[in-house]
Amino acid sequence: MLLISCPNCGPRDETEFHYGGQAHVAYPEDPYALNDREWAEYLFYRDNTKGAYAERWVHSTGCRQWFNMLRDTVSYEIQAVYPMGAAAPTTTAQAPEGASK
Amino acid sequence: MSADHLPEHPDFLWRNPEPKSSYDAVIVGGGGHGLATAYFLAKNHGMTNIAVLEKGWLAGGNMARNTTIIRSNYLWDESAAIYEHALKLWEVLPEELEYDFLFSQRGVMNLAHTLGDVRESMRRVGANKLNGVDAEWLEPDQVKELCPILNVSDNIRYPVMGATYQPRAGIAKHDHVAWAFARKCDELGVDIIQNCEVTGFLKDGDRVVGVKTNRGTINTEKVGLCAAGHSSVLAEMAGFRLPIQSHPLQALVSELHEPVHPTVVMSNHVHVYVSQAHKGELVMGAGVDSYNGYGQRGSFHVIEEQMAAAVELFPIFARAHVLRTWGGIVDTTMDASPIVGTTPVENMFVNCGWGTGGFKGTPAAGLTFAHTIATGAPHKLNEPFSLERFETGALIDEHGAAAVAH
Repeated sequence: MLLISCPNCGPRDETEFHYGGQAHVAYPEDPYALNDREWAEYLFYRDNTKGAYAERWVHSTGCRQWFNMLRDTVSYEIQAVYPMGAAAPTTTAQAPEGASK
Repeated sequence: MSADHLPEHPDFLWRNPEPKSSYDAVIVGGGGHGLATAYFLAKNHGMTNIAVLEKGWLAGGNMARNTTIIRSNYLWDESAAIYEHALKLWEVLPEELEYDFLFSQRGVMNLAHTLGDVRESMRRVGANKLNGVDAEWLEPDQVKELCPILNVSDNIRYPVMGATYQPRAGIAKHDHVAWAFARKCDELGVDIIQNCEVTGFLKDGDRVVGVKTNRGTINTEKVGLCAAGHSSVLAEMAGFRLPIQSHPLQALVSELHEPVHPTVVMSNHVHVYVSQAHKGELVMGAGVDSYNGYGQRGSFHVIEEQMAAAVELFPIFARAHVLRTWGGIVDTTMDASPIVGTTPVENMFVNCGWGTGGFKGTPAAGLTFAHTIATGAPHKLNEPFSLERFETGALIDEHGAAAVAH
């Protein structure tokens, strides 16, 4: 089980959280300008990174606030927790072996 | 004991050839789907100068990690068609491949625990019958008769209100399925190359012309991707995206027991599925871990929840022990249906997105993907499962409709 450090409540078990998928996917600025291909990208296509991945979580049974996390999808190591709206930090942590290939 | 006391090594079922410098087609991924694709390319389309590249060992990914359930009781017409075709192939493949891989049509039950479940189940039975899929609705006493160890009383949180039943469904021995395909592929001249990891693709404009591997470059006219959880990684190398999210999916087995469980029981609502392997282990699985992951392992609370569900439904399991748990990486799509078809890269084809239900689809994936690679156009069974459906909106939404969550 992941131990996730909620920015408001501190370290809590993964079971208190829900996953929100890839972070930083903005709603289209001008929805009317999108063609079918672009709508498909927005609705159905998400990065599926092997390695450091910026993703959203919500602390459902705690403060009920959303936040962002940078997590390695191979080692599952949590590299950073940062607020909604902030840019993903550039991690200087050494990527674990086998990651980011 | 010294080596000269050991028995002779049995005959190998396939060669381990060095990769040639060029093939007519290269399949990336030596799991069930890759091997089935190669088999049908050779058998149905006469393409025998082909290779299956496997980065690890043959059938060591999801083919080694699934819970071996085979059924075709899907709600939507497109799904029922392809999975039912797969089931018909399962029925003839042991003879065709000359290998008894213990396909056991012991039936699959999908339990209903709520009024919503009951309505969905009855609707699905009706839809299945219209599509020529064997299906029936069972009342709780009939459920009990078929599977006496199930608790159908009302002393549990979500009592069993009935079940759908597909008698022709069942299980097969997954390793033997892979070996059966591999041996036939080899006999037909297909090169199965293990420990051969694809590191990139050679392209001429928008057309793929070769595959870069850790064992050298291989020129080829056609490439078929059968890499399940790693499909996105390969697509990125080739320069396109897939609407796939890779998740860990866990399963477990108990120690060996006397035969106690005569069929396969699946419950979507309390979420566990259970069968008993030929050898005697109780084999269980449930849903994916929520987060994206390539680690071939998940979180323990997922195991805990499925065990709680199993023990409530099967009180005698409380005395069993978990022997082994493991995880695989499943490639999920937003509509819980696979993608089998062409890609934005010319002569490159993709078979992925089977999510948590790929094993049962193995023969049909192979048949239709081989057709697509050989002819450049989809078979009628996989035509609806194109990548384009995410643009046209013609989704095949099997979330919840497919008897269990995918």
